[in-house]
Amino acid sequence: MNELALAVPWLGKRNPQAARWLVIAIAIGAPLVAMMFGRTWVRVLDFALLYILLALGLNLVVGFAGLLDLGYIAFYAVGAYTAAFLASPHFDVHLPIWIVLPLAACFAATAGIMLGFPVLRLRGDYLAIVTLGFGEIVRIFMNNLNYPINITNGPQGINALDPIALFGWDLSRNIQITEELAVNSLFLYYYFFLACVVGSIIFISRLQISRVGRAWAAMRDDELAAKAIGINTRNMKLLAFSLGATFGGVSGVLFGTFQGFVSPESFSLMESIAVLTMVVFGGMGNVAGAIVGAIILSALPEILRHLAVPVQQALFGHVLLDPEVLRMLLLSLAMILMMLLRPSGLIPANAKYSHIRYLKAKGVTE
Amino acid sequence: MITLLEARNIGKRFGGLQALSDVSLTIRKGEVYGLIGPNGAGKTTFFNVLTGAYTPDGGEFVFNGAVLPSGKPHLVVAQGIARTFQNIRLFRELSALENVMAGHHIRTNASVWGILTQNRHTVEEERLTTERAYELLKYVGIERFATATAKNLSYGDQRRLEIARALATEPQLLALDEPAAGMNATETVQLKNLIEQIRGDGITVLLIEHDVKLVMGLCDRVAVLDFGRKIAEDVPAEVQKNEAVIGAYLGGGHKHAH
Ligand SMILES: Nc1ncnc2c1ncn2[C@@H]1O[C@H](COP(=O)(O)OP(=O)(O)OP(=O)(O)O)[C@@H](O)[C@H]1O
Ligand SMILES: [Mg+2]
Repeated sequence: MNELALAVPWLGKRNPQAARWLVIAIAIGAPLVAMMFGRTWVRVLDFALLYILLALGLNLVVGFAGLLDLGYIAFYAVGAYTAAFLASPHFDVHLPIWIVLPLAACFAATAGIMLGFPVLRLRGDYLAIVTLGFGEIVRIFMNNLNYPINITNGPQGINALDPIALFGWDLSRNIQITEELAVNSLFLYYYFFLACVVGSIIFISRLQISRVGRAWAAMRDDELAAKAIGINTRNMKLLAFSLGATFGGVSGVLFGTFQGFVSPESFSLMESIAVLTMVVFGGMGNVAGAIVGAIILSALPEILRHLAVPVQQALFGHVLLDPEVLRMLLLSLAMILMMLLRPSGLIPANAKYSHIRYLKAKGVTE
Repeated sequence: MITLLEARNIGKRFGGLQALSDVSLTIRKGEVYGLIGPNGAGKTTFFNVLTGAYTPDGGEFVFNGAVLPSGKPHLVVAQGIARTFQNIRLFRELSALENVMAGHHIRTNASVWGILTQNRHTVEEERLTTERAYELLKYVGIERFATATAKNLSYGDQRRLEIARALATEPQLLALDEPAAGMNATETVQLKNLIEQIRGDGITVLLIEHDVKLVMGLCDRVAVLDFGRKIAEDVPAEVQKNEAVIGAYLGGGHKHAH
């Protein structure tokens, strides 16, 4: 939160208190502004929040623990499919979200540990390749587990997932206030996702300034030295993989139930790369970077998508470039510009791993 | 005198190179024990095997009467052995304070759940870790750089920071690998005082050092390695007179035939 406020250009350094209120105001007011341009844009914001969750989780693994993971989207898939199995007509099981969420978190964490064990000794490029393979394996499983027994329904995916219901209150239904006035369900999802994001930020900030956060940072900066001061690097890596995966799993459940259907194509390698790009673009190793990266790189392609078709129609009379191609183009462009102009990301990591306030009595300040 | 560490017939081979062969030595509680020898004699390798970074091919270490686990650095640290590196290895992106706090990791036990809920134990432990780290920075004399990023410290201060980080693990035996390397005369004197202070606080010191004056001034006993073998072990004055030792040093390390 403080990091995010400090990251506000100009205002952040001068008046952090005001910057903090500004961030809160934007977070709360964003969907109201978006609604003026149409419901689609509220949807875009909902997805942006899901991407923030994903980026926060991946940042834990890549930014804090220094483990380059290219298969992160697999945990998103585990979460989404858990929701599809446990809360849809597919197996005709309809568990409430309060059971699905923790179960999905457990499954994803287990998957994280399963990935973690074989790659304990790998670093850098080698780690990236193996995790990439892991991500693809999960997707291919989802794609093919419809025969001989139909588990995942194959490439068609699973439809009609139960919407999220909080204490019997269905998020997918608009709240009717008067005849004409209603609170759209997209808003309900937005604030629910926002609550999840805020919770995650608090959790991650606490982890960062703790023995675990310092152990991860130590391992990332110098694994040999980390071992030499007694850090059990094996356990710390597994912890990073499983906690990161938990975030992926939880956002997967939210994604599946929000969208109402899941299919393997949502979990392709390109999605892993997109999330990683968000983390790197925003600035690896700090919460604010992950958030800003996720917002920009999930909203910008949508804006482009809406402009691309009409602009191309007007210019050439027909559509030359598919919007999906444009998205990838934009991501690669973002990466190239980043490397040239700001190699450490939009918001370079300036992460704190200690509370200086404990030393106030000794006269230590920032 | 109580024995703190006993190395029994330690051997380590890298391919065709016998880096350590049959090295046995005994370090007593409370002394400063020097380990010297020409370049490539196997001193650093001895540290690596002792601290579990490498597994020895043969032999064992007995620490406080119990055999040390081999190849498990975190267990060795837990037993009370800490080390520094010949080529400084700090956590570059962390502040000086956070480097030392990381060193306290093994003596703390807050769980993920405790961290998530910020329960009393976690908060108290975090506060103590922070305060202790600051005290250690003071102890080595660099507390004014507490919030500076480690990579921005001067060379001499980085060396001190590494010692502070090692001390944060609460060791009984502190193994220093050429702590004076690259230091000027003033810094070396300060280092000597620091090591004496550490010894005074009841921590046994195992010291690899090329600076002869420092070794002779500080150490209670010295072992000399040459081509992976221990060729002498005695009080400094005697070692200086030892024929084999003089031969090893004059022989110019690797050119010396065995
Ligand atoms: N990981 C390794 N793989 C292969 N050979 C090694 C390895 N580590 C050390 N050696 C070799 O073992 C021998 C002893 O090296 P070591 O670093 O222990 O010497 P040293 O006594 O610390 O020397 P210096 O005073 O130069 O630091 C050298 O010949 C070195 O090249
Ligand atoms: Mg050496």
